[in-house]
Amino acid sequence: MRNRILVYGYGNPGRQDDGLGPALVERLEGEHIPGVATDSNYQLQVEDAVAVSQSDTVIFVDAAASGDEPFTFSEVKPSSETTFTTHSVSPGSVLALCNDLYQKKVRAYVLAIRGYGWEFVEELTPLAEKNLNEAFLFLRHRIDDLIIDGS
Amino acid sequence: MARKITIEPVTRVEGHGKVTIHLDDNNNVSQSRLHIVEFRGFERFVQGRPYWEAPVLVQRLCGICPVSHHLAAAKATDVIVGAGTGEGLTPTAEKMRRLMHYGQIFQSHTLHFFHLVSPDLLFGVDADPAIRNVIGVAMKHKDLAVQGVMMRKFGQEIIRATAGKKIHGTGAIPGGINKNLSLKERDEFLKGADPLNIDKMISWAQAAVDFFKDYHSKHKDMIDRFSVFPSNHLSLVRKDGALDLYHGVLRAVDPNGTKILNDVEYQEYYKYIGEEVRSWSYMKFPYLKSLGKKDGWYTVGPLARLNTCDFIPTPLAQKEFERYKAYTKGKPNNMSLHMHWARLIENLHAAEMIKKLLLDRDLQGTKLLTRGKKVHEGVGLLEAPRGTLFHHYKINDQDQIIMANLIVSTTNNNEPMNQAVSYVARSVFSGKAEITEGMMNSVEVAIRAYDPCLSCATHALGKMPLEISLHDAHGDIIDVRQK
Repeated sequence: MRNRILVYGYGNPGRQDDGLGPALVERLEGEHIPGVATDSNYQLQVEDAVAVSQSDTVIFVDAAASGDEPFTFSEVKPSSETTFTTHSVSPGSVLALCNDLYQKKVRAYVLAIRGYGWEFVEELTPLAEKNLNEAFLFLRHRIDDLIIDGS
Repeated sequence: MARKITIEPVTRVEGHGKVTIHLDDNNNVSQSRLHIVEFRGFERFVQGRPYWEAPVLVQRLCGICPVSHHLAAAKATDVIVGAGTGEGLTPTAEKMRRLMHYGQIFQSHTLHFFHLVSPDLLFGVDADPAIRNVIGVAMKHKDLAVQGVMMRKFGQEIIRATAGKKIHGTGAIPGGINKNLSLKERDEFLKGADPLNIDKMISWAQAAVDFFKDYHSKHKDMIDRFSVFPSNHLSLVRKDGALDLYHGVLRAVDPNGTKILNDVEYQEYYKYIGEEVRSWSYMKFPYLKSLGKKDGWYTVGPLARLNTCDFIPTPLAQKEFERYKAYTKGKPNNMSLHMHWARLIENLHAAEMIKKLLLDRDLQGTKLLTRGKKVHEGVGLLEAPRGTLFHHYKINDQDQIIMANLIVSTTNNNEPMNQAVSYVARSVFSGKAEITEGMMNSVEVAIRAYDPCLSCATHALGKMPLEISLHDAHGDIIDVRQK
């Protein structure tokens, strides 16, 4: 059976490089890849466990305020945490909810694209744009691999 | 040795809050403060932009309650384009906006209860943080967690159908709305496959109220005594005194229920409300001018709204409102954790309102816009999930915004949150030489009742842990706890 892939970008495009996740998803939507669903929102939230449970593989795409350039790509496992506000949940928490509520184990990755500016600007910084290009090329090939072998 | 305890909660690209608790030489709390690091960059940013962009621009403030900002800005620009203040819109426009707003209230209140409150109630404030979270709820109370997830999803779908999309929705525009609700969309909400239909949502919202009441009956001491202090309360109410979260007149009551702001039109809110700056916080402290800076502070949000309104105009929520009011013999409720009870009653009301609106054929109307004589100033108010939200704009002859003033719910609740922290600090920190997880969480529980939205009240970067540090009289750190 074909590997169902969800690419989920999150962040606020009105806050400069915080919009890297949705920007990548928007670019990916233009590719119309069979078997690949996309979604984006300001933050990850508990209800995203529903969409994740309907996939075999999910790739969370987020902006990173620090860390390696131009991006990092790593597997993420279910986890639980205590948060101070209702404002967001982590990819690990979404996966844990998916496991606990829907008994669905999903292979998941986080693509963290390095950003630099976080002002009230609806445009990526040039460096973040460059990182986005590289992340997109990487993800495009990675998706092909995932579709073929599901690994 | 005098000590200072510092708590620093921060999330993603959001604001930065810090609690400091000063202990005297006998380890009694001498002073406590909630500091908010605020950067009002947005109000400067919006200057020079065309006014009609405001309803979309303001969603950049944050991703927490973009719908509330979207609608408050739209209401302000309604005034500018001469469409009036609330009643001037076409029935289709006004009801579509209300549907969007009640969808936002529903998903936000649901999230607050299931994500933040239920773990504390189900596992206790002192429970291991490893289980005292929404994942813990999912593992031990699966049905409750599924309800929370699906209610959130339903509310988000309402927003998507009315605002057009999840990020930077464009549904509300100056003078109206840019789409109606199709019959197909309507029927998906009315008759959707179980559980995603409005009747199920109403029954689950009722169950959540019942859950809280049951818990309250077994834990009255904790719920009734945790952070109780007299406060004024402010909100919009409908002109007949009904709870109305989208539009109305401004009303405030004092701790005894006496009206101290008597149903005034909000276009001239600045005649009644001032904003004080204090040296130790970047976030302003709003107050009622008639009472002055010292005594004029007030609470906004669910607790305040049920203290100011006379009734709730939907049957199930009204029934719960009557029980809720009877508990305090009709007097204003000043118990911080009753905020959760009030929030769940509002959530039930929101679900009932969504059904009422879905059954209204005006939502399929085609008259979407109203225009009148343009003016150079407009104020938009609504009751956001966390409380009263003010948007005020002035424009020049070139239609550019030359002044913007936003008072967000969290800013309105600045002093009450400080009061709540002080109350809890005195209760749990006095006489203690060490900070425990339970003590830390008690302070958090007090603040969490207000669910402060730091990202629109503030702007700071980075991700930092929650931290408590102890300082001696000289400011040196003698103990630090993080999580």
